[in-house]
Amino acid sequence: MARELPYIAAIGEAVHQEMARDDTVLYFGQNLGLTDEDPYVKAFGNDRVRVTPISETAEIGMAVGTAFAGYRPVVQLYMAEFMLVAMDQVVNEAPRFYGMTGGQVKVPLVLQAGYGFTAGWAGQHTGTIYGMFMGVPGLKVVVPSTPADAKGLMTAAIRDDNPVILFHNYLLTLEHGDVPEGEHVVPIGEAAVVREGSDATLVGIGWTVGKALAAAEQLAGEGVSAEVIDVRSLAPLDTATILQSVEKTGRLVVVDQATRHASAAAIIAAEVASEGFASLKAPVDLVTALDATIPYSEPMEQYLLPDETKIVAAVQQVLGATVAA
Amino acid sequence: MAAGPAEGLDGGVGLELLRTMWRIRAFEERVGELTRANEVHGLVHLSVGQEAVAAGVCGLLRADDVAYSNHRAHGHAIAKGAPLRTVMAELMGRVAGLCGGLGGSMHLVDREHGFLGATGVVGGNVPLALGSALAGRLAGGDQLAVVFFGDGAVQGGIFVESVNLAALWRVPLLLVCENNGFTEFTPRSAHTVVERVSDVVAPYDFARETVDGNDVAAVREACARFVAGARAGEGPFLLECLTHRLRGHYEGDPQRYRQALAADEWQQLDPILRLQRTGTGEGWLDHDSQARLETQAREEVEDAVRYARESPFPEPATLGKLVYA
Repeated sequence: MARELPYIAAIGEAVHQEMARDDTVLYFGQNLGLTDEDPYVKAFGNDRVRVTPISETAEIGMAVGTAFAGYRPVVQLYMAEFMLVAMDQVVNEAPRFYGMTGGQVKVPLVLQAGYGFTAGWAGQHTGTIYGMFMGVPGLKVVVPSTPADAKGLMTAAIRDDNPVILFHNYLLTLEHGDVPEGEHVVPIGEAAVVREGSDATLVGIGWTVGKALAAAEQLAGEGVSAEVIDVRSLAPLDTATILQSVEKTGRLVVVDQATRHASAAAIIAAEVASEGFASLKAPVDLVTALDATIPYSEPMEQYLLPDETKIVAAVQQVLGATVAA
Repeated sequence: MAAGPAEGLDGGVGLELLRTMWRIRAFEERVGELTRANEVHGLVHLSVGQEAVAAGVCGLLRADDVAYSNHRAHGHAIAKGAPLRTVMAELMGRVAGLCGGLGGSMHLVDREHGFLGATGVVGGNVPLALGSALAGRLAGGDQLAVVFFGDGAVQGGIFVESVNLAALWRVPLLLVCENNGFTEFTPRSAHTVVERVSDVVAPYDFARETVDGNDVAAVREACARFVAGARAGEGPFLLECLTHRLRGHYEGDPQRYRQALAADEWQQLDPILRLQRTGTGEGWLDHDSQARLETQAREEVEDAVRYARESPFPEPATLGKLVYA
């Protein structure tokens, strides 16, 4: 049975259900579980639900230590940027141990990190920074774009034996969608074709999946059939699904909320250029945020971000362009 | 109390401590030679002169207690029970090593013996030890976690963050500082106005002590009180051991930043010679058994070198299997 839930509630439901299913799941975070009425505290107690000080380094490192012992900690970080103060733990401790120890130690850790809050939060709370984590061996990175995937990917992340960062998009926080009620798992590492088409492939990531779908709808009115892929996981990256689509359409536009040179789009474009060059009828195009610090002023915010108009223009551009013979 | 000085130095315990220190000393002197012969490759940090801390602390731990170390980790691994053969094979990058040859000196981990690791990042694993201590408490047992760190780690924010949480949650964590007066190449006085590491944690309301870290009986006596306290739920504790790093920061360090200790001064400080003098004075050590302990340790090290040399290097195919668990 599915019913509508907001995106953020779907993530919370996954955590709650997994905590009920498995005693080893722990939940840590700032401003978390502060009253006895808190649904997590009420159900699982303060041993498993712990409020932490503003000490991300100790908070994440401590979670890694519990993971060594077989627990499955979920660290609620609220803002992805707060991981930046704990980069050693996120990049150089948690994902290193399995390989460094020859497989002796597993680190089943989930970091829940909100990103892309371009709604007046200005320069330090709005970044789309998943690109800097997707190249870290041993770390998994997922970016759900719908409430159902948010629940399914969080469930998969908690059950995974590796450190996983779940990047939830703050602009999607209150977006509603159908979410299965019971157990719902979306496998990590599988992209989804969310709209079929034949003229061009649009790849979206998190929040930009909705933008790509809206652009595809607009393009359909102009007689252009765009296929839309939701990557869902950035690491491991499902390049096969993207390459398969490009083989069919011959044209690719990757849409990313991240600044261009730190984008996942740049990696996806490089993979397709390298592995799917023979399929391409036009150069790959990227629609990303501009390479600038996110500005506070609302019109400036809009200026910097990808939108439907920019996506439509990019698709028209790749349809008009051809690779020189 | 579990072990006072008198008990610690009569017969069995004294001989066991001496045996452990000789095994570490013989192992590391041989590693120094193998480094110069390029049979051990990469960066190697030796703890020659500091063996009393590893022996005094780890001798009080159970198999289900976990220990973390720093970049100067061989002694801690050996004292916690890691076999000389597999430690040596790891340092020589062989498949029979603790981590299959993929970790090396700075990432020694022996899960089976509760040694969760060296780290290449100063202070990087202090919160991991906090997590292990918390996990032990959540599991309901009385096991504890120990982390060995140098005085250089204390100036990092990660240390204070971890101490704060350990004190707040009263977890069974034993913080063991090996204060050898040098942070890599720099004297402590150039980094901080706080002379004693035990004073750094003064406001956190847990027991702390500074001892002569080259007196294994003193280390053991203080540590025994803290271990008993941690098992009784009175943790955390901090034990500062004032010691001397006889070698450079790394093997090959020209040490232009300090004067070498005169031989007669070192005779007075050397933790092995000190315990041998005590044993002779107290009558539990005679000349023959003293010589035998050293000889046995050196023979065991040669056996470990042979074992390591016979092991192949890891196969490239293992690498892909060790990215994700």
